[in-house]
Amino acid sequence: MDKNLYNYILTIADNSLILAQRLGELCGHGPSLETDIALTNISLDLLGQTRSYYQYAAKISGEGKSEDDIAFLRIEREYKNCLLVEQPNTHFGYTIGRQFLFDVYHLMLMEKLQNSPDETLAAIAKKGIKEVSYHKRFSSDWVKRLGDGTEESNTKMQEAIDDLWRYTDELFFMTDAENAMVKEGIGIDVSSFKVKYYKEVSEVLKEAALTVPENKYFAKGGKEGVHTEHMGYILADLQYMQRTYPNMSW
Amino acid sequence: MKKNWPLWEIFVRSKNGLEHRHFGSLHAADAEMALENARDVYTRRNEGVSIWVVESKNITASNPADNGEMFEPAQDKVYRHPTFYDLPDEVKHM
Repeated sequence: MDKNLYNYILTIADNSLILAQRLGELCGHGPSLETDIALTNISLDLLGQTRSYYQYAAKISGEGKSEDDIAFLRIEREYKNCLLVEQPNTHFGYTIGRQFLFDVYHLMLMEKLQNSPDETLAAIAKKGIKEVSYHKRFSSDWVKRLGDGTEESNTKMQEAIDDLWRYTDELFFMTDAENAMVKEGIGIDVSSFKVKYYKEVSEVLKEAALTVPENKYFAKGGKEGVHTEHMGYILADLQYMQRTYPNMSW
Repeated sequence: MKKNWPLWEIFVRSKNGLEHRHFGSLHAADAEMALENARDVYTRRNEGVSIWVVESKNITASNPADNGEMFEPAQDKVYRHPTFYDLPDEVKHM
């Protein structure tokens, strides 16, 4: 098995899985019927992408694994999602802020990945672009609405952006698997669009009457399996059925 | 918050060539949000190719109390249906 390719796929796919799980928590709990459905739609889009990635990873793993094994039967340190996507739905501002900060990155990554010589990754990215474009439209619209809304919505949106900002730098951290795949011409050098990312994010924040944070400290570790305290709880929810009834299927 | 969101009527065209049909209503702060909400609420199972939204307050509706004078006079005027013609057999699809 190509260990680097396997890990590289998970680095991308785990972001979608964990964010989908976070958004799924809001099913039936969204602030209004309309936003509830919108957020769970996004969750399902991400889960669909996750399945395609995991099916590919399972195929190349050569260990007779299934997509479900990869999704449900790893330990915390084996999940490679960034810290940003595992942050909780503290309030609607956090849900939107997390989504927005991820969507801008996600779309830039997909736009590059669609040209990868790895045909499977390119095909998944190409299919995902339309979905992710809509996610970004939805989340940036809401950032602007809340930021440029009332005094209270502005305060809450700013609070979320300030708290989540420290997790943005990690998006551009290159793991060993990523470096190896870039060298092979298959992977994307995410650090190459870091400047573009902060420029685009800052423009939306300014339009939303929000202040762009000026952090000196950034947290990282998720991409290498070292997660925040929230991750264990997410996995407990996510893995409960498979751990309790091993090998169960729908 | 929800109290302040006005109601919108949603019209969806399910296929090119068909007309927009009333699908239902939802709440949104403005037209743009109404479009996005309609997309998520009414077209997520591939039901549409085009959406119209119109704020419900802009619709003028007939009053059910006036149904007598509005609609009943038409009930006994069957001759307004074009059913009194003998169609030649050659005319198809009528």
